Amino acid sequence: MSTEIIINLVYVASAVLFIFGLKLLGSPDTARRGNLISAAGMFIAVVVTLLDQKIIAYEYIALGIVLGALVGAVAARKVAMTGMPELVALFNGFGGLASLMVGWAALAMALSIADTTAPVPLFTLVTVFVSILIGGLTFTGSLLAYGKLSERISGRPFMYDGQRIINGLILLAVLACAVLFILDPTNQNWLYLAVALALVLGVMFVLPIGGADMPVVIALLNSLSGVAAAAAGFAIGNILLIVAGSLVGASGLILTNIMCKAMNRSLRNVLFSGFGVVKKVSGPVVEQGEVNPITADDAYYILEAAASVVIIPGYGMAVAQAQHAVKELQTILEGNGVEVVYAIHPVAGRMPGHMNVLLAEADVPYDLLLEMDQVNPRLETFDVALVIGANDVVNPAAREVESSPIYGMPVINADKARTVFVLKRSMASGFAGIDNPLFFKENTRMLFGDAKEMLGNLVKAFD
Amino acid sequence: MEIIFLTFVFVLSIFLGFELINKVPSTLHTPLMSGSNAISGITLVGALASAGSANQSLATILGTLAVAFATINVVGGYLVTDRMLAMFKKKKQGGES
Repeated sequence: MSTEIIINLVYVASAVLFIFGLKLLGSPDTARRGNLISAAGMFIAVVVTLLDQKIIAYEYIALGIVLGALVGAVAARKVAMTGMPELVALFNGFGGLASLMVGWAALAMALSIADTTAPVPLFTLVTVFVSILIGGLTFTGSLLAYGKLSERISGRPFMYDGQRIINGLILLAVLACAVLFILDPTNQNWLYLAVALALVLGVMFVLPIGGADMPVVIALLNSLSGVAAAAAGFAIGNILLIVAGSLVGASGLILTNIMCKAMNRSLRNVLFSGFGVVKKVSGPVVEQGEVNPITADDAYYILEAAASVVIIPGYGMAVAQAQHAVKELQTILEGNGVEVVYAIHPVAGRMPGHMNVLLAEADVPYDLLLEMDQVNPRLETFDVALVIGANDVVNPAAREVESSPIYGMPVINADKARTVFVLKRSMASGFAGIDNPLFFKENTRMLFGDAKEMLGNLVKAFD
Repeated sequence: MEIIFLTFVFVLSIFLGFELINKVPSTLHTPLMSGSNAISGITLVGALASAGSANQSLATILGTLAVAFATINVVGGYLVTDRMLAMFKKKKQGGES
């Protein structure tokens, strides 16, 4: 009995460390320490759990830990910063899968000791099914998100008629399996079917979601991986799993909400509407004027005369791996006495905070990264807005064109700067396939080409 | 009674989570995700008991696999978060060249 008390006391300490760790994540100065504290909480929780008298065989545990630690460490070290969204998606999935298996294993153990006089408690059965359902859909949903993000499969939304009805039916079928299994726990087929259906549901749920909506989906899957852990905690009666799982669940939910707000869409709309295939809006489309292309050499004269420049990065910067080139240009401009800041839209990139991490990698100090609300009121004061691989997040149609699908979405008002440079591969429309009147504005100059190369040309022009 | 107790803990933790995370600036949202992801690897603690029980082979197999996947989550999550956070620098500390 006393070991159990010790274990639980250490769990309390571990929960406190998680909470402090998350608290310290509130500022970039303390965030690294916060992460270490949180890791320490995890470490003591794992060590003290091994003291549990119910654990009698350590060889499998050692095997699992060594394998997992190796894979995890290699992945964490090798991943490029541009590949971070994929990695997080993959880790989310593994968390979900682990929770599914913990729930299932708990059930297997409970069934092996249960008999007719002492059946498995209903509470255990129900919570096991919750952890299997959520863990399973988190797993396959995350794998699919990983595939879309890493472009192993098309990032385009995949829709068909009656999609929602079919997804609803699958969910109902899982619940039906749960009920049938609870009524007769000796028939394991219902259990297997439920696991399979939960896995199918994860795929079906991410299929209709397009690449540009990935920030929302990753945040939601992040939340679900936490909820799955909490559900597993209910199933095995472990408080620490419940506390840590629900902290993560809440965190993911907040991020999901922030992302949805930044796109001016409801979660339902993101999950079910397949934004990327919105048909071209008919009716009075924006009057498309002339596009004004410009060469790097001409752009140099304008940049050279500028006193302040705001750089607005988007997913294109990540694709072109242009963050270091951006930093180089920033350094040269600053050497020229120009004030340089960055304006970061919450959904720029493929996951929350994607741009910030890339720029941090390129050694851009984080106090130069301004949020949309900070920068918008003073955009008129900038001589140059340099848009690098961003499209929808600077689209003035969101303010001006009521028929535009993104009308009402908060955007960075790049067009208000005196001159706007847009670095863009070609005139193809953005991911969401929406016209962008910014490109046709009088004060806009287009720099066509690979972002990294173009930035290199600008830097060269200064030499 | 245990059900009520566990649910109580669950609900309070969710509220606590909301309070904590609301204060995280958007600059840190990616490290927050990977860091909280590592925390969700806590399911490792649950997996240990199954992997080590050794009296029910299905539970042992599932438990061992769960230990492996959860460890990937924990080790990879914390390491990659640390790697990212190490890059965040303020202007004075040589961010400017």
